[in-house]
Amino acid sequence: MLAAMSTAIRIQGLQKSFKDTKVLRGVDLEVSRGSIFALLGSNGAGKTTVVRILSTLLRADGGTAHVNGFDVATQGADVRQSISLTGQFAAVDEVLTGRENLILVARLRHLKDAGTIADDLLERFSLTEAGGRRAGTYSGGMRRRLDIAMSLIGNPPVVFLDEPTTGLDPEARLEVWQAVRELAAGGTTVLLTTQYLDEAEQLADRIAILHEGRIIVNGTLGELKQLLPPAKVEYVEKQPSLEDVFLTLVGARTEGGHR
Amino acid sequence: MNRHFLGDTAVLLGRSLRHIARSPDTIITTAVTPIAMMLLFVYVLGGAIQTGSGRYVNYLLPGILIITIASGISYTAYRLFLDLQGGIFERFQSMPIARAAVLWAHVLTSMVANLISVAVVVLVGVAMGFRTGASVLDWLAVAGILVLFTLALTWLAVIPGLTATSVDGASAFAYPLIFLPFISSAFVPTASMPGPVRAFADNQPVTSIVNTIRNLFAGQPVGTGIWTALAWCAGILVLALLFSARTYRRRTA
Ligand SMILES: Nc1ncnc2c1ncn2[C@@H]1O[C@H](COP(=O)(O)OP(=O)(O)OP(=O)(O)O)[C@@H](O)[C@H]1O
Ligand SMILES: [Mg+2]
Repeated sequence: MLAAMSTAIRIQGLQKSFKDTKVLRGVDLEVSRGSIFALLGSNGAGKTTVVRILSTLLRADGGTAHVNGFDVATQGADVRQSISLTGQFAAVDEVLTGRENLILVARLRHLKDAGTIADDLLERFSLTEAGGRRAGTYSGGMRRRLDIAMSLIGNPPVVFLDEPTTGLDPEARLEVWQAVRELAAGGTTVLLTTQYLDEAEQLADRIAILHEGRIIVNGTLGELKQLLPPAKVEYVEKQPSLEDVFLTLVGARTEGGHR
Repeated sequence: MNRHFLGDTAVLLGRSLRHIARSPDTIITTAVTPIAMMLLFVYVLGGAIQTGSGRYVNYLLPGILIITIASGISYTAYRLFLDLQGGIFERFQSMPIARAAVLWAHVLTSMVANLISVAVVVLVGVAMGFRTGASVLDWLAVAGILVLFTLALTWLAVIPGLTATSVDGASAFAYPLIFLPFISSAFVPTASMPGPVRAFADNQPVTSIVNTIRNLFAGQPVGTGIWTALAWCAGILVLALLFSARTYRRRTA
């Protein structure tokens, strides 16, 4: 019970196949409450699949997953009450304005003062001026910001962000990072997937790498870096970056070989 | 049933109605083809069609209304498909809302949009000389049948909306539905058709529905035909509901 209190997300032996492809072959993961957890993995590793199972959009073939103490397979409604999802591709209503999108989500979360909530978020994500325009006219980055803003409505205790900063300019990226830090500071648990290793380095309390259907490492940045010895041949001793750790562990696929 | 069902449906219905208000062309497109057919049949072909003593437009209008609805409901499949493509569907699915509300909002939107299209077509019919001595009760009966018919076909349209892999696929299913009135009593009396065609025409849903509406408009007794019409609508509705609910459950894991 104590464990359930301090654990926001618990995944045990999670399996999922699509036809013949075994995407998840027994994923184990725990994310403690109020922390930022980064899930890394190459394209097609199954990060989105994990997120979709956790947000009750997809049923696992085997294993269990609990979010906020609720079983995703049997307590879907409770899980949905506890989470918000920012999917890999922005999910906004293009016909509605930015402000209307936010109001829509606020109403669907059964909140009062939907208009005030919308205006606050527009402000926070630098969208006030664009708020009255149809979301279909937004640039990719604006759309993504709106998308993330929509996901923050209602302050759910657990937030999933699937590649939240892909396609954002550096400034917008910093805004999103700031928003993520504020969330965690407020006690929200954040599970994010990312292709940007520096993003994980910057934000995450813990990092896990999903590879060939399993979590092959899981630890703090410091722990992960210790998996590789510092490069000794260099003139000045250099700590391995997370990128080095990642590429070594998943087996560098880049042409010409990486060390 | 989820306690938020009504509230969530209302919110999502508001969203879909905004979509329609911002692209009214979907309603116009829905009405244009049936109106063009009505013009063609009344002013070009109608002179050669023997339907009895009354005006041909009086004979024709019920069938035209059926065609209007049959083409209108394909927009439900289209809009549902776009929601799935755009990811907003998954956002709704991951939120603490009554899941059925997502579909009901689309269905109710279809009811509103088709009602408007049907009203436009009726007005054009009136401008072309359509007249009826129908009482308020008759009108209510006509409205009731059309609402039931629209509801049944809309739930049918939900299935391709959820399963289609392309925009064309999402709306293509409506073509046979639009074609069905041509092999019915909608344009010409079935008595003029050769044996097997007539047998099909007499026993398919459009004929009983069209005949019932025509009789109601003409102030004629509807006989047992109205029960056949209602049974068809109710049967299609129940089947469509079962299948779309099953498709939806599969789709949403
Ligand atoms: N609905 C589906 N049907 C069939 N295969 C699927 C489906 N969804 C995902 N897959 C497959 O599962 C594997 C994992 O996909 P997933 O989207 O989870 O990867 P990812 O780690 O999020 O990748 P990326 O970094 O590119 O977003 C891929 O091989 C993908 O083709
Ligand atoms: Mg992904």
